Amino acid sequence: MAVGALTHLAIVIAGTLVTVVGAFRLALEHHRTPAHEHQVGSLDLDHRKVAIWVFLGSECFFFGTLIATYLAYKGKSVVGPEPHQILDIPLTTISTFDLLMSSLLMVLALAAVQRDDRRQARLWLFGTAFFGLIFLGFQAYEFTHFVREGLTLQRNLFGSTFFVLTGLHGAHVTIGVVWLLCLWLLDLRGNLRVTDAIKVEVAGLYWHFVDIVWIAIFTLVYLIP
Amino acid sequence: MSEHRQNTTHATVWTYIKVALVLTGVTILEVGSTYIRQLTPIIVPLLIAMSAAKFALVLLFFMHLRYDSRVLTLLFCGPLLLASGIGIALMTLTGAFLVFGN
Repeated sequence: MAVGALTHLAIVIAGTLVTVVGAFRLALEHHRTPAHEHQVGSLDLDHRKVAIWVFLGSECFFFGTLIATYLAYKGKSVVGPEPHQILDIPLTTISTFDLLMSSLLMVLALAAVQRDDRRQARLWLFGTAFFGLIFLGFQAYEFTHFVREGLTLQRNLFGSTFFVLTGLHGAHVTIGVVWLLCLWLLDLRGNLRVTDAIKVEVAGLYWHFVDIVWIAIFTLVYLIP
Repeated sequence: MSEHRQNTTHATVWTYIKVALVLTGVTILEVGSTYIRQLTPIIVPLLIAMSAAKFALVLLFFMHLRYDSRVLTLLFCGPLLLASGIGIALMTLTGAFLVFGN
């Protein structure tokens, strides 16, 4: 039983590593050969853009399953605390607003890179990562508060499904923040030019996806009674 | 439709700001509607409709699906619809909709 659990954990860790390393290589590759700068295929689209959309499509299944599992087990916990006793809607509304505004900063960063405005690109990229960090701070506070109130991963069905769903979303936000900071560092070193706008666009697509997943979570987990 | 044309037909900064303002407004409406007792009978479809509107706005404008190739829309919306279908099937099988109905 324990060996089986360890095997599952190892597969999850290996899968996560492959995904994260692949995503970072995709985002941060810096071709020195000018001929490789535009990787347009038969669809007349950049390969990296097609790849990130396919990845985001697969992520729909990932989060769709987690959200459906949360809703399937909703109201079926044998012991408390229940969602209405513990969820803090005003606090989560602020963190939702923060994430929505980070998406605005992300598109402003992309627009700045596309018009080769280096100063604004740096400002908005860092701003997006900073807003992501604020969101993670809210989540850390919420999780700590819930554990103090007695809601843990093992406590009841609500705890298990809630922490897995929102925790994995938080992990995605964390990866996004690291990705954005890498791009910001590239920009600081002068390696993010107008020809590299696709790298910011790909990172932006990932970031907006994380935002739309939260839009769904906020409504389905926090607001629906 | 070349890569260059796709980039130049993206929305303006002012469009992005307007979309962000609408997203903020809808979020305020969403939260506000949960405090109005008269909306209780229709609160679930109302919240899902507002959430779907926000979801679509981010997809169309911030993720540029409105301006990009339809191939990308198919690559994303196909799995999204399938995932939604699987989710609805799972919830139906486990009786989750009965909980919402009560």
